[in-house]
Amino acid sequence: MSKDPSPSDVAAVYLQHGPYGRGHDPHGHGHIEARGHGAGGPAPKRVIVGYGFWIFLLSDIVMFSGFFAAYAVLAHATAGGPTGRQLFDLDRVAIETACLLASSFTCGLGYVAATRRRQIETQFWMLVTGLLGLVFVVLEVLEFYEMIQKGAGPDRSAFLSAFFALVGCHGLHVTVGGLWLGTMMAQIWFKGFRPEIMRRLLCFNLFWHALDIIWVALFTIVYLLGAGA
Amino acid sequence: MSGHDEHSGEHDDAAPGDEHAGGSGFGAIQVYLLGLLLAVGLTVASFWVAGSNAVWGPGIPAALLALAVAQIGVHLVFFLHITSGPENTNNTLALAFGVMIVLLVVVGSVWIMAHLNHNMMPLPMDKLIQMQH
Repeated sequence: MSKDPSPSDVAAVYLQHGPYGRGHDPHGHGHIEARGHGAGGPAPKRVIVGYGFWIFLLSDIVMFSGFFAAYAVLAHATAGGPTGRQLFDLDRVAIETACLLASSFTCGLGYVAATRRRQIETQFWMLVTGLLGLVFVVLEVLEFYEMIQKGAGPDRSAFLSAFFALVGCHGLHVTVGGLWLGTMMAQIWFKGFRPEIMRRLLCFNLFWHALDIIWVALFTIVYLLGAGA
Repeated sequence: MSGHDEHSGEHDDAAPGDEHAGGSGFGAIQVYLLGLLLAVGLTVASFWVAGSNAVWGPGIPAALLALAVAQIGVHLVFFLHITSGPENTNNTLALAFGVMIVLLVVVGSVWIMAHLNHNMMPLPMDKLIQMQH
């Protein structure tokens, strides 16, 4: 056929295969291979959703890098006030770390159970994840409360302002993640393992694992280096 | 493995968090378990290095940073399932860009502010604090 495709042909291809046309089809057999390199048309929705959420997480990590940079610059600006070595309790930080790491693991187990469509198992692991996250947040709030009681609040020195901003921002993320977790448990319970629920669960998993990655940087740079140096 | 069958079709891109597309011989739970073991090992090593005298003092920060980078790598591979496979190209490229921005912000800030402090303050910090009292 030598004539140009008519507008209705173009529209049909668009409707069937999306804005990128028929894609990579070298032998004309109708096999379309999408490899995510621009050929082959749009990827499945869950890949697009996961990728978009990954971009969001990376931008969130870039936002955290600003707080980390501020802390690194101001870590020694104690204005004659207490230093990290006097304030930090590494035993409590070790428990917090264990809670968050274990919750990352149980969160992954919950996702695996959800892909296998096991309601009770999914709910159990997500509940464990939420409880571990709650223990983490409670320990952190206790730490903040004790520091403020000792007169080492965020208004004491530039070091403490940067500390409360950085650690508090992470704690806020964990708290919001806990609310999201409760929402996901309710949605899975009442709506079942529908495709859009599974996509949200995938995003929640990525969020929770990313929080653990930020905590690794945080306990190393703030607590271990701060208490040792 | 059930997860693998669901994810592979005519499209072979992978979202972050997808299980490994290649037949690595591990089930989904084994991957998380292996990641947990490695992460626990690296965390324990970090706390041990910070609390003991076994490592030469000035080398402790470098050792802690190396352990943290290793643990972040473990989390990325075993929990977030970011791999070097062809189905993960987009995810890895986005990660590389994110790491670049993070390094520019953190290393750039520390570098510039260290030079600024060096140029602006002829006195060391502790002497300055003594003068204030």
